[in-house]
Order: sequence, then C-alpha cells, then structure tokens
Amino acid sequence: MHELSITEQIADIAIRHGEKNAAEKITDLYLVIGELSTVIDDSVQFYWDLITEDTICAGATLHFQRIPANFLCQECGKEYQMVDGELAPCPFCQSTKMEILQGKEFHLDSINII
Amino acid sequence: MTKKISVVEKIHSANDQLALENKQQLDQVDLFSLNIMASPGAGKTSLIEKTLPLLKSDYKIAAIDGDVATSIDADRAAEAGATAVQINTGGQCHIDAHMLRNALMELDLDEFDLLLVENVGNLICPASFKLGTDKNVLIASIPEGDDKPYKYPAMYQDVDALIINKIDLLPYVKFNMEYFQKGVQMLNPDLITFLVSCTTGEGIEEWVNWVVEHIKEKKAA
Repeated sequence: MHELSITEQIADIAIRHGEKNAAEKITDLYLVIGELSTVIDDSVQFYWDLITEDTICAGATLHFQRIPANFLCQECGKEYQMVDGELAPCPFCQSTKMEILQGKEFHLDSINII
Repeated sequence: MTKKISVVEKIHSANDQLALENKQQLDQVDLFSLNIMASPGAGKTSLIEKTLPLLKSDYKIAAIDGDVATSIDADRAAEAGATAVQINTGGQCHIDAHMLRNALMELDLDEFDLLLVENVGNLICPASFKLGTDKNVLIASIPEGDDKPYKYPAMYQDVDALIINKIDLLPYVKFNMEYFQKGVQMLNPDLITFLVSCTTGEGIEEWVNWVVEHIKEKKAA
C-alpha cells in the first residue's frame, strides 16, 4: 500500500501545478528518484490510472529518472557508486566511512500540460 | 500545444509540512516524542512494556500505536501504564503525519512528559513518512539477520537511535555483529546503539537513561 499513498501525493502536486498554469490536461510527469530514497516500481503507473481517472491527470504518462547512489569515501577521498543496489565499503581502500553525495532524491521535476 | 512546466517539488512535501506542524504542537508543550520503527515482531511493543514501568512513577506517558487492524498493542501499552491511543491505518503500511495529527487531538498534550509513537511493523515505508517526532528510533532484532542495514538502507540512514533487541538469542542464531554494525556505520556513522533483551531486561536501563536525558533536555529548553 506504500505505492498508493505515494501516488496520491504525486497526483496532488501535479494537479496543483497544472491548475495554477490553467492546464486543460496533464500529459506527462517527470519524476526524479534516488536509488536510496524509496522503494517504488511500475505499480505506481497502475495506481495512477485508478486514482486520476476523473482528473486533469487522467491518462498521463509517468517518467522515472533514476539517480544512482554516489558516495565520497572519507578516508581516501575517492568517489564510488553503489553496485546492484547493495551497500559496500569503498572499493579503493575498503573504508566504511562515506558521505552520501546523491541517491536520496525524490521529487517531481516537471510536468507537460496542454 | 504541449507546454513544459517546472515543478521541482518533493513528493513528500505535504506530509513534511504536516510533520512540521506536529513538531510545533509538541514543542509548545515541551513534550518529548519518539517514533519507534521496526519490522513486525522485532519487539516494539515489548520495548514499550519494558520501558514504561521504569518511567511511570516520574513521568506521564502517552502511547500512540499504529496497526493495520486491532487494538492489541494499545491495550498492552495501557496495561503497562501509558495513556494509549490506537490508530488503525486501514491497510496502510505506515503512520503518516496526518494520522498522527488526528491521534494527537485525542490527547491533552499538556499533561504528558513523553510520547511514544509505535509505528506499523515495516522496514520500508515508515522511513519515508516523517511524523514530526523529536527522535526516530529503529529496533533491529537478532533473528531478523545481520544483513538488514544492507537491504534496507533508507531505514537505517535517518534514524537517531538503534536498539538491537533479543541479544539473549545470540548464542543460538547465526548473526555476525561485526558485519551488521559495519553496514550501520556506512549509513549512519555516529548512531547511538543499545544492545537490549526485552526478555532478560539486559540493556534496558541504558536505553531508559537515554530517554530520561532527552525528556529533561526538552523541558529545560
């Protein structure tokens, strides 16, 4: 049921911005989702079609831009990426002290309207 | 003609705003609050049951219990000495800020020193929905396995305290503490951790001292 409440929040934001811009219809939504931010999959599109049936968002397509998790090693100062969604120590020096540079994003970037 | 509109708004912004309002409401009456999260069966209610007897003579405590259905947990918290409110989420896998706000309305907040919010048993969804509590606490338990920080990074990276429960089972279960803590350190390097057994009572006192420290700190602020 996680996806359902997230889908509702996305719809609320999109409709608010659509109405502000006098949209007749919202055709596309561009979402930015960091690898570390939340579990979200294609079921969002399924919920989307149910929830937005009678709104200006009906039939809109959801586009997901996935942002990989990027870390900065605090020991050797090198940057590295998460591989296969699994957390791992720095591949260069094996340190576990890292700063998360990106991967926590979760926002609606833009919408296309008519 | 299609037109592109820039939005750049966080998906959780509406919930975050309500969480902020909850926080302001709790700050006004200097009520220290904890959001307790864990997988089902990790020991959220057991921890509350062990915590309350050590605090209830000095502090007035409210407990808000979130569950998909039933009032079993709220009943247990009430039995242990808290004023309890049950939230039935109706199928939803987490408490959100709006549900907490409604539950807060059922309490005379001014009366209490400590608010314990017991979230729905789940390691994924509660991480995304801020409530406005002072501290987020995660309970991990030994039988769940030592790989949980690696599998549920979002849950581990934003909590303020970690309780490792059921440590009395360490001799019987395959659990590599070093591997577990290495994962935690990667996500949340300075996370305060309590090793606890709600069955034997080991470690409960350290945890309760931490809670008391924060109740006092909030009152003094």
